[in-house]
Amino acid sequence: MSDTMAERPNEPGLVLTDEQKRRRRARSIAIALALGAFVVLLYLVTIVKLGPGVLNRPL
Amino acid sequence: MSLVTDRAELISPMHADAARIEPSMAGVGDYLELMKPRVMSLVVFTALVGLAVAPGHLHPVLAFTALLCIAVGAGAAGALNMWYDADIDAVMARTADRPVPAGRVQPREALGFGVTLAAFSVVTFGVLVNWLAAGLLAFTIFFYAVIYTMWLKRSTPQNIVIGGAAGAFPPMIGWAAATGAIGIESVLLFLIIFFWTPPHFWALSLYKAEEYRRAGVPMLPVVSGLSETRRQILIYSLVLAPVGVSPWLLGYAGRSYGAVAVLAGALMVALALKLWRRPAERTAKQLFAFSILYLFVLFAVLLVEHALGRAA
Repeated sequence: MSDTMAERPNEPGLVLTDEQKRRRRARSIAIALALGAFVVLLYLVTIVKLGPGVLNRPL
Repeated sequence: MSLVTDRAELISPMHADAARIEPSMAGVGDYLELMKPRVMSLVVFTALVGLAVAPGHLHPVLAFTALLCIAVGAGAAGALNMWYDADIDAVMARTADRPVPAGRVQPREALGFGVTLAAFSVVTFGVLVNWLAAGLLAFTIFFYAVIYTMWLKRSTPQNIVIGGAAGAFPPMIGWAAATGAIGIESVLLFLIIFFWTPPHFWALSLYKAEEYRRAGVPMLPVVSGLSETRRQILIYSLVLAPVGVSPWLLGYAGRSYGAVAVLAGALMVALALKLWRRPAERTAKQLFAFSILYLFVLFAVLLVEHALGRAA
């Protein structure tokens, strides 16, 4: 494996075009928004299910 | 065989595979398209009706969660369908521009997207709402992706008859989300969509028969001919009309629903009869369009009746 790597020390690897970078960024933002919404949903359902009991715990 | 040759044979397929991996050009819109938003909207609407007309009360946040899970589950099924059917979609004009056949989304991306959404929607549904509804959603996704898409669609002209069950489950899932059970009323809603599916899709397939033939999909017009398809459309419409009225006949819906269901059922049968007697592409298109209106109106009246009943 190291031999193979040593044979091509200066290969740039995969270079994304500007359009590919833009689309990747848009996908990343969409995933972040979806995860954020999922967290908010879990929070809301927790509050709804526990109701006033959310404050009823031993300190 | 020398060691060098062995290595070359071992490495080259890997490199060849790596060379095939292109950076994704998929936009967010392409992923949304994978979820079949138009189908999803009908699924969400019928699930909403099942959820709303069910007895008892579900907190609005939980009701929203249930509908969201059903929507995402339907999207997962759509993505898995597009992943598996990319070869068929590519040869049909109606579907050739879908993200996978058009090359905007790689098949493995569509597969990963579908599986991830399916797992997320079912587990979230089970944990946050109830496991009966989540189980029904899981079964529906499995039924659509595996039983219909992978098996029935390419093997029998009865594909959309049996596969139609997948589209009929959402109101039952909505009902199960609200009640934790499966009531006879939700079975009636299931039956309405189940018997509505064949005349709806066969009306479309009548004027898309050549495309289905080219794609090798054994739709009824391709296998049994246009005349037999028109006969089957009429038979299913004759079954659908009384099934559509049954929620009123059995006392689960009011008179306004009964009146609308009788009228809409009669129009459906009249169009099917016209198509059977005087075959024309225009009539098939009219029947296809009216079938969408039929289902929407029946479920909308159920929803409005229930909302007014609650308000009163």
